[in-house]
Amino acid sequence: MKKWSCVFAVITCLTLGALLMVSGCGDQDKPAEAPKKEFKVGFVYVSPVGDAGWSYAHNQGRLAVEDMDGVTTAFVESVKEGPDSERVIQNMARQGYDVIFATSFGYMDPMLKVSQKFPETVFMHCSGYKTGERMGNYFGRMYQARYLSGMVAGAMTKKNILGYVAAFPIPEVIRGINAFTLGAQSVNPDVEVRVVWTKTWYDPATEKEAAKSLLDIGADVIAQHQDSPGPQEAAQEKGVYSIGYNSDMSSFAPKAHLTAPIWDWGPYYVNIVNQVKNGTWKSTAAWPGLYQGIVDLAPFGDMVPAEIQKKVLAMKADLTSGKTKVFNGPIRDQAGNVKIAANEIPEDKVLLGMTWFVKGVIGTTE
Amino acid sequence: MIQLRVHRRQELPIWHSCLIFSGAVLLSLGISAVMLAFQGKPALGGIMHLFQGAFGTVWALEDCLVKAVPLFLCSLGVAVAFRLQIWNIGAEGQFALGAIGATWFALTFENQASWFLLSGMLIMSLLMGGLWGLIPALLKLRMKANEIIVSLMMNYIAILLLDYLVYGRWKDSESYGFPMTPVFSPGAIVKTIGSTSVNWGILLCFLFGILVWIFFRFSRLGFELAASGENVRCARYARLPYERLVALVMIISGALAGSAGFLEASANLNRLQPSIMVGYGYTAIVVAWLAKLNPLYIGLASFLLAGLRVGVENLQLDFQVPAAFGSIMEGLILLTVLAAGFFTQYRIGLRKE
Repeated sequence: MKKWSCVFAVITCLTLGALLMVSGCGDQDKPAEAPKKEFKVGFVYVSPVGDAGWSYAHNQGRLAVEDMDGVTTAFVESVKEGPDSERVIQNMARQGYDVIFATSFGYMDPMLKVSQKFPETVFMHCSGYKTGERMGNYFGRMYQARYLSGMVAGAMTKKNILGYVAAFPIPEVIRGINAFTLGAQSVNPDVEVRVVWTKTWYDPATEKEAAKSLLDIGADVIAQHQDSPGPQEAAQEKGVYSIGYNSDMSSFAPKAHLTAPIWDWGPYYVNIVNQVKNGTWKSTAAWPGLYQGIVDLAPFGDMVPAEIQKKVLAMKADLTSGKTKVFNGPIRDQAGNVKIAANEIPEDKVLLGMTWFVKGVIGTTE
Repeated sequence: MIQLRVHRRQELPIWHSCLIFSGAVLLSLGISAVMLAFQGKPALGGIMHLFQGAFGTVWALEDCLVKAVPLFLCSLGVAVAFRLQIWNIGAEGQFALGAIGATWFALTFENQASWFLLSGMLIMSLLMGGLWGLIPALLKLRMKANEIIVSLMMNYIAILLLDYLVYGRWKDSESYGFPMTPVFSPGAIVKTIGSTSVNWGILLCFLFGILVWIFFRFSRLGFELAASGENVRCARYARLPYERLVALVMIISGALAGSAGFLEASANLNRLQPSIMVGYGYTAIVVAWLAKLNPLYIGLASFLLAGLRVGVENLQLDFQVPAAFGSIMEGLILLTVLAAGFFTQYRIGLRKE
């Protein structure tokens, strides 16, 4: 036993030494700096890019940036929140990336820390609430598109029970559920929304099971917040309808997929990169919506009747122009207390810190 | 007719086993290179790039050390239990409880002197981790419950407890409803060493590593542990206090994992939040096996594994290989090194009839 440990140590040392030498050599062989300096843009994703979902949508945005002249992009996927993300972001900054987009809430503190050490780099954090001198934050008003998808769901349900497979009880998700519910209620006042938390962002099996549990209590339209198409598949297998999220998920469940609130990051990312190139970039907290085209509604499935489509699109036009708002008072919480008074339009701060459900949602935010 | 036969080897000269193990590592690297080539990436260049990303620069080495610290502490913990053939799969949960204990202390005694806060947090993390480890031990001794199942299941309870605290009573009122505690007061944060990114917590690794080594090498209790690990029935016959030993190793094991939780929360996150759980407790089991339960080699193995993970990010960034490639490489190295262990003890011969 002792001898083997000895042997093992020697080997590891030898291999390590050899590899260190090899990597040292590799360094020398590296070609000299590229003649023309490319503008480098890095992306950090929390999950694998895959075929659909949150990171996929951001990657579509990256591809739009990649098409710009004189710009190269790269990404690192499946980066865990916390210390791992700090290292990845810091490495990008060290390697001279000009703009870094970090696309998960948990990257906020690490990115802020790194941004203070690299004054040459522009840091952009998605879905948080902190900004720094060199760090902007951005997100989209997804709740607007959620409201529209809620209208579709509310119009298509027969049992008046909508199921919502929710990710984590944080304001972003809660806001989405509330907007979805308000949208559904606007066309169908009797509707109720049942919420199940999976506490996952990407776990196909868990998310599918959660959808099944909602189907078992009678839900006949399933909406979701996670990346995986699991809930879509569950809905199709049961022969009911579903609402996707992040990107058009109709290819996973063509018979069930009514529509989906989706992201279109491309134009926004191209715009930011242009600003940085021109030197006009400033650190801000940006929250664009339907108007800027950062959120949208995926094409309707064939089963959605034309009159409903028309109604939803009319509402979309109103939300886009700002004629109507999603969170228009009076809005009551589950207990019936008025949280947003009549004719009051809540400040963004209220929406960003939303931790209560509107009336009509069955479930808890705990 | 040709037959394959497995022979037990005589004692092998060291250089020979060296050859076998380095062959194993090279084989796994070779397969990885082939996989890179299949994706249309430079095969050899990619592997070199990986090692350069992991060990090629000073800050990369620092990054590896930072990542190796929690791995080492958790792994040292499980190795202590494995010595007695007690299969503690619960390092993940003990890590969580350590973080919870330290956070409790940091939040309760805010803005106190640094020495008081840090030592209190460390003690709380050791205590909580140790207690969490003791539960499966007691259940095993009193009710003959299998410690593998119990310690594994307790991981889920620990993570839910952590969630409950950060989503509920410890939630920062200024976090817009996001699940995390307030940032610790400055005194409760383990500082980094000079301008490096490595924090002083690395001293704990050396301290605990040496203590565990001394314990097994020189103390009577350590000897009893090793002996009972070799053969439980024999140990009982020799009147060694097996029950007490089981409880003891589980406490030590849990305490070590708990201290890792303290360091992660304090030095790296500066607060408690659910993303502290990234699976160090499970990786620790792999590391302990690779290192044959020896503290020194656990240090080496944690450092190398951390290096692999750091290096793969570099590979991802510059060659755009998928993240799963890193996990595949990790699996390959494990597999070949463990298989090499077999070939150091046996050889396969052909026999013609």
